[in-house]
Amino acid sequence: MNTPDHAGTTARDGSQVVGRAVPQLEAAEKLDGSALYIADLYRHGMLHAAILQSPLPHARIKGYDLTAAMALKGVHAIVTGDDLNESHRMGAFIKDEHAMAKGKVRYVGEIVAAVAADNEAIARQAVRLIQIDYEDLPAVLDPVAALAPGSPLVHDNAAQYVQVFDAGTQGNVCSRTSYRQGDVDAAWADCDLVVEREYRTQAQAHLSMEPCGALAEIDAAGRVTLWSANQSVFRVQAHVCETLGLPMTRLRCLTPRIGAGFGNKMEAHVQPLLALLAIKSGRSVKLILSREEDFETVRARHPFHIRIKTGVRRDGTLVAREIELLLDGGAFGDDSPGVLGYALLMQGGPYRIPHVHAHGRVAYTNKMRFGAFRGFGVPQVTFAAESQLDEIAAKLGMDPIALRRKNMLAGSDPWFGGQPILSNGLAECLDTVERESGWAARRVAQPVKAAADGDSRRRGLGVALSAHISGLLSTGAIVRVLEDGSVVLNTGAVDIGQGSNTVLTQMCAQALKVPMDRVALASPDTDGSPYNWGSTASRATYLTGRSVVAAAAEVEKKLKEHAGAMLECAADDLELLSGGHVAIKGVQQRSVSFADISGRAHWAFGGPIIGSSTCVFDQATFDPKRVAVLGLPFARIGVYSFSAMIVEVEVDDATGRVKVLRAWSACDVGRAINPRLAKGQIEGAFMQGMGYALSEELVWDGPRLVNPSLMDYKIPTMVELPDDLHAYLIESNEPSGPFGAKSVGEIGINTVAAAIANAVSNATGVQFTQLPLNAERVLRGMLAHEASGNKVAP
Amino acid sequence: MSETESSTSASPVTLRVNGETVHTVAALHDTLLTVLRDRLQLTAAKRGCNQGVCGACTILVDGKTMRACLCLAQACEGAEVRTLEGLNDTQRMQLLQAAFAENGAFQCGFCTPGMLVSANALLETNPQPDEGAIRTAMSGNLCRCTGYVSIVAAVKSAAAMSKRGAES
Repeated sequence: MNTPDHAGTTARDGSQVVGRAVPQLEAAEKLDGSALYIADLYRHGMLHAAILQSPLPHARIKGYDLTAAMALKGVHAIVTGDDLNESHRMGAFIKDEHAMAKGKVRYVGEIVAAVAADNEAIARQAVRLIQIDYEDLPAVLDPVAALAPGSPLVHDNAAQYVQVFDAGTQGNVCSRTSYRQGDVDAAWADCDLVVEREYRTQAQAHLSMEPCGALAEIDAAGRVTLWSANQSVFRVQAHVCETLGLPMTRLRCLTPRIGAGFGNKMEAHVQPLLALLAIKSGRSVKLILSREEDFETVRARHPFHIRIKTGVRRDGTLVAREIELLLDGGAFGDDSPGVLGYALLMQGGPYRIPHVHAHGRVAYTNKMRFGAFRGFGVPQVTFAAESQLDEIAAKLGMDPIALRRKNMLAGSDPWFGGQPILSNGLAECLDTVERESGWAARRVAQPVKAAADGDSRRRGLGVALSAHISGLLSTGAIVRVLEDGSVVLNTGAVDIGQGSNTVLTQMCAQALKVPMDRVALASPDTDGSPYNWGSTASRATYLTGRSVVAAAAEVEKKLKEHAGAMLECAADDLELLSGGHVAIKGVQQRSVSFADISGRAHWAFGGPIIGSSTCVFDQATFDPKRVAVLGLPFARIGVYSFSAMIVEVEVDDATGRVKVLRAWSACDVGRAINPRLAKGQIEGAFMQGMGYALSEELVWDGPRLVNPSLMDYKIPTMVELPDDLHAYLIESNEPSGPFGAKSVGEIGINTVAAAIANAVSNATGVQFTQLPLNAERVLRGMLAHEASGNKVAP
Repeated sequence: MSETESSTSASPVTLRVNGETVHTVAALHDTLLTVLRDRLQLTAAKRGCNQGVCGACTILVDGKTMRACLCLAQACEGAEVRTLEGLNDTQRMQLLQAAFAENGAFQCGFCTPGMLVSANALLETNPQPDEGAIRTAMSGNLCRCTGYVSIVAAVKSAAAMSKRGAES
């Protein structure tokens, strides 16, 4: 890596742990194979479950015949939609989904029944004996068709569902959102150039290496304990209780280690079913989805239809933007309304555009649900918007970086809609990748046709900028001082593999100036942890970190009150010393240890020391004086981070195959709490984005997903890793962030498809408007260009 | 998926697992992965795809790397099976583990046992692999978290540490 590692510069004082590249706290157990994931948990007398999936995209369920399945030896319980109450539905934005199909099936692969049996083989045998009487209904598989008049309705009466915001749900419209700033209709007249184009993006599978699963146990009093692959024990609790009509006191949710999430473990998968099976059988029950079932029943990244129109002045100044999105939401709302609202907020990118109309809809279709996935709609709109900026630059005869630099947010510029930005590292991100890539020397303005000597490869460079938020909703932290003066940190934040346990512990240790091994981390537990909405939306470092710092500050205050009494001085005259001591400022020999203070608190005065803090992100996203808003799913979303990326690709003229040779990704992280972990996020996001750009695509043949396996759905391997992948951490010091930090989980993916598409365009002279840029699409585009001079390809 | 009818008709099978003789039972269609994980509770090898693509279940059978999900347990009668649990005490594995920790060559850790077993096998046959050899040898182990950069660096670093160890 090219940027300096903080470990070398700030670790001189042993207590300085923020900024150090310490290994993950779970290193030992993850490296010797003893870390326990959901599939590794076993309980005494545990049953195993299997699911039955719908063979039809849309059908009414007229009845179930469970006789043969129940008669099979070793079967203990079967659950179907008949076990569910009609009014018990979940949904982050629209309450439209039961624990499994009830009344109707709405996509091929939807879960219609589940069996708990002595072992998995019996359970799988039993589900095949279940008879379901279906009445076939016409299906709608495409979002455009879904919104056409007279289209079959995925939900018979969607308008009746509870909506948590003004979603406008009706017919096959799951939600609609519109933001309007300035006067876009009048602004086109002020533009010297207006470019309008349509783009399409595909469905991408999250493909956490760990498939989803859950294990539920019921005690003698009927209380359920539930472990699962999850991104939030509190979301699991909410979904299960909503769908089963349980009071939250009846369900305790815990977490094993998590084999990554990327969004697909944030909302529910099979947790409600497992709780139901445990209740019905009175036994512990475990279910781990097969890879195929995981592909077919969990969720994926939304396919987008994008129409985007941008107007500029001759000098490159951006004036106006209209963008219209149509998202395939699949059968249930899930996080779709949020993805739409967020994509519309972010579509303008980190640029000043005075006149904007951003609007769109999510359509229900008879496909699997689409939901949260790293980037949350931004990779899609960034692909379209950054491709359009390159087209504009070419038409104006400007360098793509010069066009971006002319318009990008700087100084006190707010984000679209008016939210002030207090830390903006964008210029440094762009300067860094421009310098490190050698852009000026390496990028050619026009594509160079391959040499005639048989080498059919040509190269190109592309650039893209983006932004992301850190924040969203509520969280908390509790810091307790133990008798010996060490501390326990409890945040309820699930570490999904990204290293949040380590980062939050670093912050707590730093705030109290104790070594990391004096801080224990409590595992998330809905009985004992403070609420944490989830490890999602790039919020663990930034928002949970804020709570950790505030809870630690409360502990510091109490420590000083005790120390003041013990040292007979005012608390204001005290300071924390490294290693767990409180001393009189400037008089280090007049000190007391945390152990002595905690002993006093435990046994004599005041009681055990506990610091706690909760917060909710409360800064408004939109200034109502600037923007007219309809259907806003998040009113207060987060602080902004920025990123810039340059990639160099090689395109094979003969085959259309694209290879990424080098990539430079700079992300504004505010402050890197753990540089190694932060770079890991950027590197991992790049490869996941590269798969999205070049190869990954869920494909349906009619209603049926045809490639739900790793054999047929290809993600990048070590062979496709670029020769050089450089991650740069840009520190802009966010005033509201813990130690100046912002989060880094998602931002690294936003620019990847856009930068690769622009590089391919630079190499070939063809602008591609549809992802992924697989060899077939690129070759067809190049051949059409050669044959007819067509510069734009689907 | 694999376990279906007549699953209860398991017959005895004897394996050598991590140096110990193990008498267990397996049906004809039970894979070695099922026996290791569900019967012997050796859970380092993970079931990521159950069709031999992801590499998370990589183990050694008679000294060769194999996908445990593609090995039928009954076909392994008498075989010498080694999982990550049985390699933890070896010097080469400990070098690799130290290098993985130092380089941040894992995030969620789900693919890590398979990665380590593959890397260990690579260094056994090719103690000083160049980057190309590392990428080729480990391309059958999928990771969705790290982007692979840190894994390549860790394997290189373990090889370098091993060389320094041998020279000193």
